[in-house]
Amino acid sequence: MAATETYPEDLKYHKEHDWARIDGDEAVLGITWFAQDSLGELVHYEAPNEGDTISKDSSYGEVESVKAVSEVIAPLSGEVVEVNRKVVDEPETVNEDPYGEGWLIRIRLTEPSEADALLDVAAYKQVVAES
Amino acid sequence: MSYLSLTDRDREEMLAAIGVSSVEELFRDIPAGVRFHRDLDLEPALGEQELSRHLEELAARNVDTTHELSFLGAGIYDHYVPAIVDAVLQRGEFLTAYTPYQPELSQGVLQAIFEYQTAICELTGMDVSNASGYDGTTVAADACYVAKHATGRSKVVVTEATNPQVRQVVKTYAPGFGLEIVEVPHREGVTNPDELRRAAADAACVIFQQPNFFGCLEPAPDLAAAAHDAEAIPVAHVDLVSLGVLEAPGVYGCGMAIGEGQSAGNYQSFAGPHYGFLAARNDFIRRMPGRIVGETVDTAGERGYVLTLQTREQHIRREKATSNITTNQTLLALAGLVHLSWLGPEGLRELGETCMGLCDYAKRRLVAAGFELAFPERTTFKEFAVRVGRSAKDAVATARSRGVHPGYALGRDFAGLDDALLVAVTEQRSPEDIDRLVEALAA
Amino acid sequence: MKLIFEKSQPGRRGGELPRPDVPTPEVPPELKRDRPPRLPELAEPEILRHFTKLSTRNFGIDTGFYPLGSCTMKYNPRVNERLVMLPGFRDLHPYQDEDGSQGALELMWRLQEALIEVSGLDACSLQPAAGSQGELTGLMLMRAYFADRGEAERRDTIVTADTAHGTNPASVTMAGYKLAKVRTDPRGNVDVAHLRELVDERTAGLMLTNPSTLGLFDEHIEEIAAIFHEVGALLYYDGANLNAVCGISRPGDMGFDIVHINLHKTFSQPHGGGGPGGGPVVVRDTLEPFLPVPAVVKDGDGFRLDHDRPKSIGKVRGYTGPFGVFVRSYAYIRSYGPGLREMSETAVLNANYLLARLKDAYDLPFERLCMHEFVLSARSLKREHGISALDVAKRLMDYGFHPPTIYFPLVVPEALMIEPTETEAKETLDEFTDAMLAIVREAAEDPDVIKEAPHGRPVRRLDEVKAAKRAIVKYGFEEHADLSAEPAEARQLEAQKGA
Repeated sequence: MAATETYPEDLKYHKEHDWARIDGDEAVLGITWFAQDSLGELVHYEAPNEGDTISKDSSYGEVESVKAVSEVIAPLSGEVVEVNRKVVDEPETVNEDPYGEGWLIRIRLTEPSEADALLDVAAYKQVVAES
Repeated sequence: MSYLSLTDRDREEMLAAIGVSSVEELFRDIPAGVRFHRDLDLEPALGEQELSRHLEELAARNVDTTHELSFLGAGIYDHYVPAIVDAVLQRGEFLTAYTPYQPELSQGVLQAIFEYQTAICELTGMDVSNASGYDGTTVAADACYVAKHATGRSKVVVTEATNPQVRQVVKTYAPGFGLEIVEVPHREGVTNPDELRRAAADAACVIFQQPNFFGCLEPAPDLAAAAHDAEAIPVAHVDLVSLGVLEAPGVYGCGMAIGEGQSAGNYQSFAGPHYGFLAARNDFIRRMPGRIVGETVDTAGERGYVLTLQTREQHIRREKATSNITTNQTLLALAGLVHLSWLGPEGLRELGETCMGLCDYAKRRLVAAGFELAFPERTTFKEFAVRVGRSAKDAVATARSRGVHPGYALGRDFAGLDDALLVAVTEQRSPEDIDRLVEALAA
Repeated sequence: MKLIFEKSQPGRRGGELPRPDVPTPEVPPELKRDRPPRLPELAEPEILRHFTKLSTRNFGIDTGFYPLGSCTMKYNPRVNERLVMLPGFRDLHPYQDEDGSQGALELMWRLQEALIEVSGLDACSLQPAAGSQGELTGLMLMRAYFADRGEAERRDTIVTADTAHGTNPASVTMAGYKLAKVRTDPRGNVDVAHLRELVDERTAGLMLTNPSTLGLFDEHIEEIAAIFHEVGALLYYDGANLNAVCGISRPGDMGFDIVHINLHKTFSQPHGGGGPGGGPVVVRDTLEPFLPVPAVVKDGDGFRLDHDRPKSIGKVRGYTGPFGVFVRSYAYIRSYGPGLREMSETAVLNANYLLARLKDAYDLPFERLCMHEFVLSARSLKREHGISALDVAKRLMDYGFHPPTIYFPLVVPEALMIEPTETEAKETLDEFTDAMLAIVREAAEDPDVIKEAPHGRPVRRLDEVKAAKRAIVKYGFEEHADLSAEPAEARQLEAQKGA
């Protein structure tokens, strides 16, 4: 079942409905509750490869529901260290647990200061309200 | 005659409900400068009876295969279409239905397409087929597009022994796709695998035809292997009615199988509408152009069919779609499914054997009458090239004056073959018909 | 219902073939089929029953009202089905000599002339197999035109509308162009101020349909045409909505340089469950040299194929195009003659009548008279009662109608695009209106009956999520998965989410 609407306090957010959990010089990235709710149940995750370089504000992959496709936008730049294979095999994991089991990639940050430009929960909730 | 239902009284009531006083007022938003004020300069309207007479008169001025003994092939063939095909296509629920976007109203079409996809995969040895492309030429362009995006390469190799129309269409699409097209010449009517391998370096795919345009059997497994050696995707352009006797492309290593479906279930009809087929290995499923029907269940657990993987298509993915195709050739593909079902595996095998047998008989009789085969060493399927000792176009004119169209003049497309005819022999021809062909050419 | 493969029994077959008394040559062993294809094995009566039963599980224009916006689901005349089967058309080989195909060539030439007149342009090619292919052909024509003038490198962008059908941007990519999108203004016209920002000397052209997918005629079309022509760019007309304006306004007069026509929309070629269609292109004389080859031309009293077209873009499809489609379209145009205008007038009248009767019960995005189609929104129904456009569509099936187009164009939320066409009787329009109004009442009083619709079809709502994830795209014979034996899904079916 889809999760209830939440936006965890300990995460940073991007206006394209992505989140980042920063962990030292690495970060885990994913899409927010709002994003998965708009798309509907995910049926496919087109992931990047481990070792790929991704850039802030650019797309690093795609998620698909039956009726829609969405690019996944990187909130931060870095090198892909790990891809969440569980989501590749069971994309609906993102709908069930967008911030936990539904993480998409883990990266090693190349520009840690980019985190300063990200939104906190309150600012992101504002973005959601205006969408 | 028109097909309108409204009466004057209807129109009055409707205009009143809308709140305008005339039909003309409904067009008030159209700027005066672009209004068309005179009558369309079209010929006067015809009622059904007069219309029929007019069209019959036009039809009567065509020399069709019921009025002339024909050995024309070269991509479109005079095969027998069983009456059951016509009966199914006349069902209004198939004929007048739209694309099955509302599956609860379209289980008939959806299941039929699923069955068609199954038949195409069975025949070609592939994992997935789409619901049809426009014809045997455009599916070659489709295959190039798939290959380009799957490999990242911008070169495509096509054999010269592939239908000239297929090659011409691929070349027309190539600039927009950003593709370079390289041709590999035929050698004595077939393609040399070593030459193909060399040409295929850095190619996204290699397209070859089996049987080829000359009716000759190519060394298809070797051509597929040569493509693999160059890391190019082998794409076989095949004839559905040959696949009861010839091996499936999927079995000998091809990545895609394409072709013109007309031989299965469609009348010649001056080349259309017909259907192109495109089938591929599972690796390419997300890059497939065109509609795909998938199986699922409904809320009550009953099996049903839906259009699936629609995120590939233009209505969702728009500028990043795998193709712009929307309207396809479903009804004609349905005709193919019905025909193939009527034949069954035994019938399809017999059809292939009959074509090969009659073709061989024609070759023997022509050689006995003193004609030279263009490619005598080759095994052929349902057509072959024969040299007639003079201009092939003149030979056609002479034979036609005797009520026989002896085949396609190859000089139009191939150097050194001005004296050669491509003669097609299907199950619609008999040994006696072939004897008449020989007489018509020999005299 | 079983698949035809599941009804197969070894040893049965449909037809028999003639077996001439000639030896069968051997296929070389490396090329020979190893295992026979598993085609169905049924006798003819069972084959016919199977397909007949399938047809009863399908809904066509012959079955009932089919108001799919932008699809123009008008009556498909039966005389045309008889005419395509005349042996002179049906059994004619495309490589027959010209003196043996004068009837076919004349029919094509006359159809070209009629389409030229309706479009208000100069030259026509019937070759493209469908509207989408016509679009791609049109873009190829633009490229050839600019290359001929030495401007190909410079002109790299095509402008499309945000209301455009998905084929427009898809065609732009396939033609190797870049895409720019212009917004729609609150009155439903192209936003001219935004357009001026987008158009410059890098612009190759515009792709537009008029009336738009909103069913509205663009009031600024003359200004729009001028903006493009001033920078030397071209205008392409997507003919999907031509049914609204035949004999009333011609695309050539609106300023368009290239037009494609959907023969399976405006000119009655039956849709056949997804195709065939026809997408001929009509062009201004400046573009004629680039048309696909061969051209069908009149030569004295006769007709012939002209292959001598050095500037042609080449071929987009085999031979001269889908001839059987031309027979039907030509016959259709001949049955109306100049009265084709009445066809469009009636299409527009029928649409405005429905609009007048439905606009208060549903949300109306644009307060204008419509052309041959109009868009309503189910936004209020969704907000107040949780009933989406998808739910309305499914419930309409219970009333015996095919639903309108839903969730398109993208600029209108919960969109319902309704196109009745001209061949519907007033009573049918009234019955449809009654059903649409009944659904609004049901939304307030008994929403579950809508949410569980349709109730009377061979299947209930289908699990499209499962279809996408499992991708079972052919019958697997002994290995075929039995999805109905798996436990029912507890989660909400994504089909209900809509767009």
